[in-house]
Amino acid sequence: MSARTHAPSELDPAQQEAHFRYVLRLGDTSLVLGQRLGEWVGHAPALEEDLGLANLALDLIGQARLLLTYAGELEGRGRDEDALAFLRDAPEFANLTLVEQPNGDFGQTIVRQWLLDAWQLEIYEGLLVSADTRLGAIAAKALKETRYHHRFSSGWLMRLGDGTQESHDRVQGALDSLWRFTAELFAADDVDERMEAAAIAPALMELAPRWSARIDEDLRAATLKRPAAQPYPWHGRRGVHTEHLGHMLTEMQHLQRTYPGVRW
Amino acid sequence: MIEPEAAAGGEQLIWTLLAEVPDPEIPVLSIVDLGIVRHVRQDADGRLHIGITPTYSGCPATEVIRIAVRAALDTGGHADAVLEEVLSPPWTSEWLTSAARAKLKAFGIAPPEEPVLSARRLWDAPLVTCPRCGSRASERVSEFGSTPCKAHYRCGACQEPFDYFKCL
Repeated sequence: MSARTHAPSELDPAQQEAHFRYVLRLGDTSLVLGQRLGEWVGHAPALEEDLGLANLALDLIGQARLLLTYAGELEGRGRDEDALAFLRDAPEFANLTLVEQPNGDFGQTIVRQWLLDAWQLEIYEGLLVSADTRLGAIAAKALKETRYHHRFSSGWLMRLGDGTQESHDRVQGALDSLWRFTAELFAADDVDERMEAAAIAPALMELAPRWSARIDEDLRAATLKRPAAQPYPWHGRRGVHTEHLGHMLTEMQHLQRTYPGVRW
Repeated sequence: MIEPEAAAGGEQLIWTLLAEVPDPEIPVLSIVDLGIVRHVRQDADGRLHIGITPTYSGCPATEVIRIAVRAALDTGGHADAVLEEVLSPPWTSEWLTSAARAKLKAFGIAPPEEPVLSARRLWDAPLVTCPRCGSRASERVSEFGSTPCKAHYRCGACQEPFDYFKCL
């Protein structure tokens, strides 16, 4: 395992808690989206896209493993990646509300993926220069994968948006319904502010315009309209979730909950 | 990467030992061919430290490789060796040795052809030589294939489908 950059005991408890929560949020966001994409296996419109979505799911779950393992170490209560993934209830999950939304049709899955890919591109690029070198190393690895995730999702966004009237209308509808969750992507709270001040995390305020510019560029190419900004009542990162997450977790955690400590 | 030839004495033996550990998905390649083994070092106490890096973060082969490396070390009499996960710098397909590229081609998988794709590249796929007939008239069927490291191609000359080992 890589050397830890900050021994938790050297930090004050509030800082340590914020560091844990910051890494946990990133890990949970990747884990929940990976699980959602896994639901497509065997159901995608074509075999190639089935494989594509499964490949993205694998990458995201792999990133989640690195992040949750690290989060468990930062927390210092002996929880490993499996304890964090399979033995927490929905209010303890800290993922972005966007990623727990149901798959819907292929267009909805693509819009959700594309919004998140564009966000992860900015976050991981920003983390490359993090004062936390372990987090920086995870980000560098994840960034290479996120680049082709975005190539996949933005490519499909254009094909569907600039495709038939039916595909255009469906993907515009997906965008209109998912847009309300995007305000959470760059809404900094105390955790973000502490991490930014410690040069561990990039400043969300600086990333937002870059994300926005990329979104506009892709939307133009896809002949889609950007919905109006909406208020921000979503707090998945603080453990306040839509009803969908609980249903997803019952399936994801079924084996560990039914047979505690089970091993292959 | 650290070439096995550059390593001294006991470390050289470990490189040779690990060069016998096949990749579980592409068994013609060893984990040394793939650039997965990052370092072999002996510390002051004589304990061996072996650094391995995952190719793709979600590659299911990573666990199997870890188990296989541990088994090879145990068999070679190095049960106390320490396995270290190395994340930085992240693995790149550029670490494949030239021997690895030749082995891939002989196995029917087109080796990586180009430097890493640009982030903005959307529609055009890299030009790949068919590993069966050598034609460049191939086309990409899908950027994703049977494992995270491969894309799915089809040859326009011999009409055969084939796997392409992607650039990362």
